[in-house]
Amino acid sequence: MILLGLLDGLVYGSLLFLVAVGLTLVFGVLRILNIAHGSFYALGAYVAVVLGFWVGQGLGQPWLTYPALLLAAALVGGILGPLVERLFLRWAYPRPEVLQLLITFSLFLILEDLQKLLFGVQPYFLDAPLRFLGTVNLGGIPYARYQLLLMLVAVGIFLGLRLLLQGTSLGKVLLAVVADREMAQALGVDVNRVYLVAFSLGAGLAALGGALASPTVTIAPGLGAEVIVLSFAVVAIGGLGQVEGAALGALLIGLCRSLAVYLAPELDVVVPYLVMVLVLLVRPVGLLGTVEVRRI
Amino acid sequence: MRWVAWGGVLLGIALLPLFFPWLGLASTLALAKGLAALGIALLLRAGLVSFGHGLFYGAGAYAVAFATREGLREGAVLLSLALGVGLSLGLLVGFFVSRYRGIFFAMLNLALSMVFYALLAKFYYLTGGTDGMRVPTPTLLGIPLERTAFGEVLFYLALGLVLATGLVLDRFLRTPVGKALAAVATNEVRLEYLGVPVQRVVLVAYSLSAGLAGLGGGLAALAVGHVVPELAYWVTSGEFVYITILGGVGGVPGPFLGALAYELVRTFAFKYLAYTWQLLLGGTMLLVIFFLPGGLWALLGERRRRATSA
Repeated sequence: MILLGLLDGLVYGSLLFLVAVGLTLVFGVLRILNIAHGSFYALGAYVAVVLGFWVGQGLGQPWLTYPALLLAAALVGGILGPLVERLFLRWAYPRPEVLQLLITFSLFLILEDLQKLLFGVQPYFLDAPLRFLGTVNLGGIPYARYQLLLMLVAVGIFLGLRLLLQGTSLGKVLLAVVADREMAQALGVDVNRVYLVAFSLGAGLAALGGALASPTVTIAPGLGAEVIVLSFAVVAIGGLGQVEGAALGALLIGLCRSLAVYLAPELDVVVPYLVMVLVLLVRPVGLLGTVEVRRI
Repeated sequence: MRWVAWGGVLLGIALLPLFFPWLGLASTLALAKGLAALGIALLLRAGLVSFGHGLFYGAGAYAVAFATREGLREGAVLLSLALGVGLSLGLLVGFFVSRYRGIFFAMLNLALSMVFYALLAKFYYLTGGTDGMRVPTPTLLGIPLERTAFGEVLFYLALGLVLATGLVLDRFLRTPVGKALAAVATNEVRLEYLGVPVQRVVLVAYSLSAGLAGLGGGLAALAVGHVVPELAYWVTSGEFVYITILGGVGGVPGPFLGALAYELVRTFAFKYLAYTWQLLLGGTMLLVIFFLPGGLWALLGERRRRATSA
């Protein structure tokens, strides 16, 4: 029972991490808290289900739904991400924080309706990827292998991001822009390109989270609105702009929530926010947040 | 000159339901949301943006709903109750959030309102869950009214309330505390050096803005006759910020202008463009931000200035 609760919490935390790390990455580089981030998650889920349905039914090969999930994330991150950054966000950079928030809120409203126009309001459900992997027996209780795979993916993304930021030249340029935008620009860094890359990467991560979550949840309008506040909580707990912080926050929320499911089921929805409020009471900048400009 | 524009806007709003009776509910709701947006505008003066005023809006509405369930049926008392709940809850929450600035302030407000939203939805045996609670038509100053008449009277009552709060707030903004608010946005540290207790100034403003949102919520509950947890959802809070920026934060009438425009667009769009009205809202906001930074109120001001110089 305890093991099961622990696992549920870890799986939930893994999905949250994927979305929140994109949000924190975008904030670290662009200094904008993107309210529309949850919409990328929802769109990733929708595209994944539609693609998965095509290849799963059309070709009759359930394993093909896996590349479909990845393709969905790549499509949303690679096409919608740059489009939104170029068309809207770049005009937001010189404006005050309030307006930046409101610009991304407007984007959220727009994307929310675009999603309804494209996919309708009926709920979608596709569990082919979940069924394909089957279940594993954990102490007499069957547990979906797919859920375990989610955890591995989250760990992989975490390690990959660390490698990207610390081991590659692109990552070093990203860190340089985070540390001091003007200095980086003076040294010849194309800041606009860095913004584009960081935003698309963040959107892609959110879409990946949505795509990977799609086999386990029913997809309906309102999905993005729910996810975004949860990732806000994760990011605030960990510290704005901190990749490790996002991981820590997601784990904390995941575990606390599954604890709540077992101890006080009526409080499970409230727990993420309570954890956030408690953490911010003790550490106003989040667990790993720093007051200085050095972030990520 | 300012008072002429003020009066014009008010008169326009006052006559609206006479010419378009079916707009009555929308206009009352616009005033209710305008009150909440006025609260947001007050905080914006101090450079603080709250993405969680749905908390107080919802609290005011549910306070009214609970009170009517307990048998309280007087509209004036119910509205005072909503105001009181907003003010005191704002004081309580303010003690906690007035230490934070910028994004953290916005997000903490958001988180707290989401806690409230989740509680409203979860404790269905108390709150009716996501179905919400019915608010029966109350009496006004002891006079029982039937639903349609009540709606009409409530609109003018709301208009009077808005006028009164507008005047009080205008007055407040000219007191030292009100003046200090704008200085908080400019340079908080220097204000501290001058001996102004910044945190207390923010706390007072926060409590007032919460009171306004609570009053708006109570008004909305009476006007609609039904309360749902969505009143406290973060998208509702976002709406308030939206309305504030749409109307412009320059003066007291701005938020009401914004709320009126918002509610009108919503009423029409909801009817004819069920799936694209949010798209329309988002698009309008982007246009306002990029091309009309002062909001609708500035648009009126611009016209006026041009008219006087010509």
